[in-house]
Amino acid sequence: MILAALAAIVGPGLTPFDPAAQDLPLRLAGPTLTHPFGLDELGRDVLARVLAGARISFFVGLTVVSISASIGTFLGAVAGYFGGVLDDAIGRAIDVLLAFPGLLLAIALVAVLGPSLSNVLFALTIIGWVGYARLVRGQALRARELEYVQAARAVGARAPHVLWRHIIPAAMPAVVVQATLGMGGAIIGEAALSFLGLGVQPPTPSWGTMLNGGRAHLLDAPHLTIFPGLAIAALVLGLNFLGDGLRDAADPKQT
Amino acid sequence: MTHFLVRRLLLTIPVLLGVTTLVFSLIHLVPGDPVQAMLGESAAPQDVAELRGRLGLDRPLYAQYGAFLKGVVTGNWGTSLRTNQAVTSAIAERMPATVELAAVAMAVAMLVAIPLGIIAAVNAGSSVDHVATTVALVGISVPGFWLGPLLAIVFSVVLGWLPVSGRGTLAHLVLPAITLGAPLAAVLARVTRASVVEELRELYVLVARARGVSHARAVVRHAFRNSLIPVVTVLGLQFGAVLTGAVITETIFSWPGVGRLLIQSISFRDYPLVQGCILLIAVTYVAMNLLTDLMYGLVDPRIRYD
Repeated sequence: MILAALAAIVGPGLTPFDPAAQDLPLRLAGPTLTHPFGLDELGRDVLARVLAGARISFFVGLTVVSISASIGTFLGAVAGYFGGVLDDAIGRAIDVLLAFPGLLLAIALVAVLGPSLSNVLFALTIIGWVGYARLVRGQALRARELEYVQAARAVGARAPHVLWRHIIPAAMPAVVVQATLGMGGAIIGEAALSFLGLGVQPPTPSWGTMLNGGRAHLLDAPHLTIFPGLAIAALVLGLNFLGDGLRDAADPKQT
Repeated sequence: MTHFLVRRLLLTIPVLLGVTTLVFSLIHLVPGDPVQAMLGESAAPQDVAELRGRLGLDRPLYAQYGAFLKGVVTGNWGTSLRTNQAVTSAIAERMPATVELAAVAMAVAMLVAIPLGIIAAVNAGSSVDHVATTVALVGISVPGFWLGPLLAIVFSVVLGWLPVSGRGTLAHLVLPAITLGAPLAAVLARVTRASVVEELRELYVLVARARGVSHARAVVRHAFRNSLIPVVTVLGLQFGAVLTGAVITETIFSWPGVGRLLIQSISFRDYPLVQGCILLIAVTYVAMNLLTDLMYGLVDPRIRYD
């Protein structure tokens, strides 16, 4: 994961090749010492493109997680704390969005809005906030009854203050775990949409787009499939390990 | 129990209404004129007007919504713009392929995951457990759109054992079923492990052991049977992941199911068919969740609603 983060930060500086530069006579050439990951169908260096793709993946992961976690935490806290009509309305919205399995709603949204990075971010955020809202709502329902929260209300603390100072901080550990796992989910989501041709459009180097391009060359250039996929799997595995570790650390039962 | 059943069924109605409303809204989210988008910029104005009338998009929004809801209930889901075939019959033609793929993938996942989870639980903390849990975490992290092409490279391109695409024989089913089943197997193995570990700590297992029941019997007959409830629940909940995974798996292996139909209709901007596929998948998922909840309620009286 650290390697992928470094690749995203330092990026193309790690290789002398430009991810967009074409060397047509060498198209589909396999890995060599000069081009460790080989070249793609337009003779572009696959390593340079995988490194550049790390930026897209991190950008999507961080953007989707930060926006959806903010929206979800806010709506979940409000629903759990105030209850009543507000809770009903947010709860119904959560139920409806959860009725669409996994990426289906994102696929539907990008299908009508058109394939682009911004639409991918929008679609993944729409399906992303729900998980945080459900989580924080549960935490808020519990925190609302805690003595120190009741005491704060009894001394006249206003609702925004209680939410901001007591309810949301109480939910934060769970949100952080969810965000770590959610980042892996968002990265896979972007790659899946791009793989289906609904996400980042060529020539921008996204790992999913690269895998989609590799499908036509399974026979003659398997390296086009192997390396971008390896990058996705390694990064998501790292995030899942981290998420699992954080969850275990936050769970008192595990000690 | 009847109270629980009725309440759970009633709770599904607003969800289904919300799902239908969202699917209805999709066509209105198309930037600009959806009819122009479907026909292309160069379409003649009379063709655009004709299609707009055919789709009912020239009527007021509330009338469109009413007609859509009525169509959903009566089975009139519109016609495909590309083939003029009824959306319901286009989907019905593709359904058996998706059902076959999903069923085999789930069966394969269970066959692999449950023994793996039990072995890991029985050896909790040992190197066997570490290997099994790491394999499961890798299984969750490897996306189907990479695993599928990788399997195709190894078993179709290099070894030449299995066909890379299409449907017809058992051999065609192997790679798509593994691709679709692998992440499910990983999740199931983790849940089985956690659940069996928990049950093994329970007093009744210790009592069974004290009564002279063998370790293997205590695990399989006592701990595993009780740990099945969360396993079955997760299987039901993971059905959604199987449905979404089917969209990707069917695209990779040119499997002629509903998922591939969805992606094909997106590329042709065949919005009625896109709406139909999305609606079908979402409603199937809601129904499966309902079924899981009802089964859970039947098996474990503690979770029944008041």
